[in-house]
Amino acid sequence: MATARNVIAALMCAAAVVGSPAVVFAQSPTFGVGHAPKPEELKAIDIEVTPDGKGLIHGSGTAAAGKEVYTRRCETCHGPTGQEGPQDVLAGGQGSLTTSRPQKTVGSYWPYATTLWDYINRAMPFDHPSTMMPDEVYATTAYVLFLNGIVGEHDVLNETTLPQIKMPNRDGFTSDPRPDVGASPKKRSQHQ
Amino acid sequence: MTTRSRRWFLRLGAAWSAALVACRSKTAPPAAEPHALGAAVSPYGSRSRFERAARHVNTNTKVPLEEASSGTPLHDTYGIITPSSLHFERHHAGVPETDPATHTLTVHGLVDRPLVFTVDELKRLPSVSRIHFLECSGNSGGEWRGGSTESDVQRIHGLTSCSEWTGVPVSTLLRECGVQPQATWILAEGADACKLARSIPITKAMDDALVAYAQNGEPLRPEQGYPIRLFLPGWEGNSNVKWLRRIKVMDQPAMTREETSKYTDLMPDGTARQFTFDMEPKSVITRPSGGDTLAGAGRYEITGIAWSGRGTIARVEITVDGGATWVPAELQTPVLPRAHTRFQWPWTWDGREAMIASRCTDDTGYTQPPLADLIKVRGVNSQYHNNGIQVWKVAADGKITNGNRA
Repeated sequence: MATARNVIAALMCAAAVVGSPAVVFAQSPTFGVGHAPKPEELKAIDIEVTPDGKGLIHGSGTAAAGKEVYTRRCETCHGPTGQEGPQDVLAGGQGSLTTSRPQKTVGSYWPYATTLWDYINRAMPFDHPSTMMPDEVYATTAYVLFLNGIVGEHDVLNETTLPQIKMPNRDGFTSDPRPDVGASPKKRSQHQ
Repeated sequence: MTTRSRRWFLRLGAAWSAALVACRSKTAPPAAEPHALGAAVSPYGSRSRFERAARHVNTNTKVPLEEASSGTPLHDTYGIITPSSLHFERHHAGVPETDPATHTLTVHGLVDRPLVFTVDELKRLPSVSRIHFLECSGNSGGEWRGGSTESDVQRIHGLTSCSEWTGVPVSTLLRECGVQPQATWILAEGADACKLARSIPITKAMDDALVAYAQNGEPLRPEQGYPIRLFLPGWEGNSNVKWLRRIKVMDQPAMTREETSKYTDLMPDGTARQFTFDMEPKSVITRPSGGDTLAGAGRYEITGIAWSGRGTIARVEITVDGGATWVPAELQTPVLPRAHTRFQWPWTWDGREAMIASRCTDDTGYTQPPLADLIKVRGVNSQYHNNGIQVWKVAADGKITNGNRA
């Protein structure tokens, strides 16, 4: 029985990953615990940006403007051209993913430009997160993309143009095919 | 432990206290009858001053220690429960100091009634307690490209731990808010400096996910997400978001940095597997293991742990001849789903070089594969999700080293 349950769970999980019809659940409140968030409470934490651009804050920036922000706030950890480290390498590496020493950079690996904006906005700089203004986040995003040859120096990134960028590795991801090794032959066929 | 078992190994490092005991038994006079009072009662316990087991802080990394990891001393833990103080750590922007009086969990997005819960309010809801392992998907990752011969079980495999977790089912909170029909994912977000965020299929959220507030009978440790964390039984550590502040119900994954640039598994053809949540069946011999030195030919108790993110461990087998033959080990009770399971097997070592290893099979019929089989399919650059068999090489002089590449 546990086997059947696991197969169903795996199928449901796989279906959810590829965007299956939604699951409908019981809808009535039971406990009456908790309070409705005030709009300002929600606004302060509702920060994620999805690939379609939902969640982007109004603002704009170019790589030309971002160079100054990058030099001041990012270069110590990521190097003058985003390739020197010592922390995550941001630029270069395109074409390296099939080699013995792949370089997973923004340009070679990241599938969405919105993720870069989201991550700079939520987590950077490492020791002073959430201290950059929206225009600075756009400009820094533009500069990192410029270092990867994805946007021009004077291309304007804003809440409309950023989600339109197609990253080089946009189609490089697959869903989880496991168990790919180790399952009994019977089990493997059930999972496929 | 018997006197004999203490003399199994003379180990430098974490277990040196055991060696001290062995030495002392030869030189110190027998303990005298006590003539003085012991210590008084105290408000919060601590371990004996003779004990030294500690997490191994990985300083061999370019990242700051706020973004590093520390591993459980698997060699020096017993049974299936990891002491909370020795639970592995992996942080992405340090451990925040979170006040439970002001910390809240907001559930919003595609729900009929968005709600903010205080920690006290969460504790007023029906709770469950479950024993589950938690493993970082980067655990054992150094072995993909060939680990150090001198490494040990703590440094290779220490990013797995097992606790009793207590909290509120996520399904309880989602039902209270009223999930809308188009919901397919939730986004879980922490209150740490990087606001770590992961997208989770709503099927998992409605199945066995918890908002946990306690670990091993007391509130979560700060490094485990105090005052509340997401707990997803059997799923990769990173998705168990600590210092949880927000659950947003969505109709798509947010594609955060942690589920695109990180925690995706690069294959030899240049594609990467995404949302690889399951921690697959895995086992490892913890004693004797790398860094131990056997005292000489004779009887030893081989012991270790096995676990599966997909179910319950059905059997563990041991080899002492490098995989030519396998024999079943005894599973200690309790044997619980998605929990560390303790195994043991009596071994009479003949004093010659030996390659010892364990492999487990879970109740889905999956058997833990050799690392080489994983590499054949996934190459050596997938970084995460190494659940291959760990081989320890026992030399004729009793010294044990990492035998994965021997």
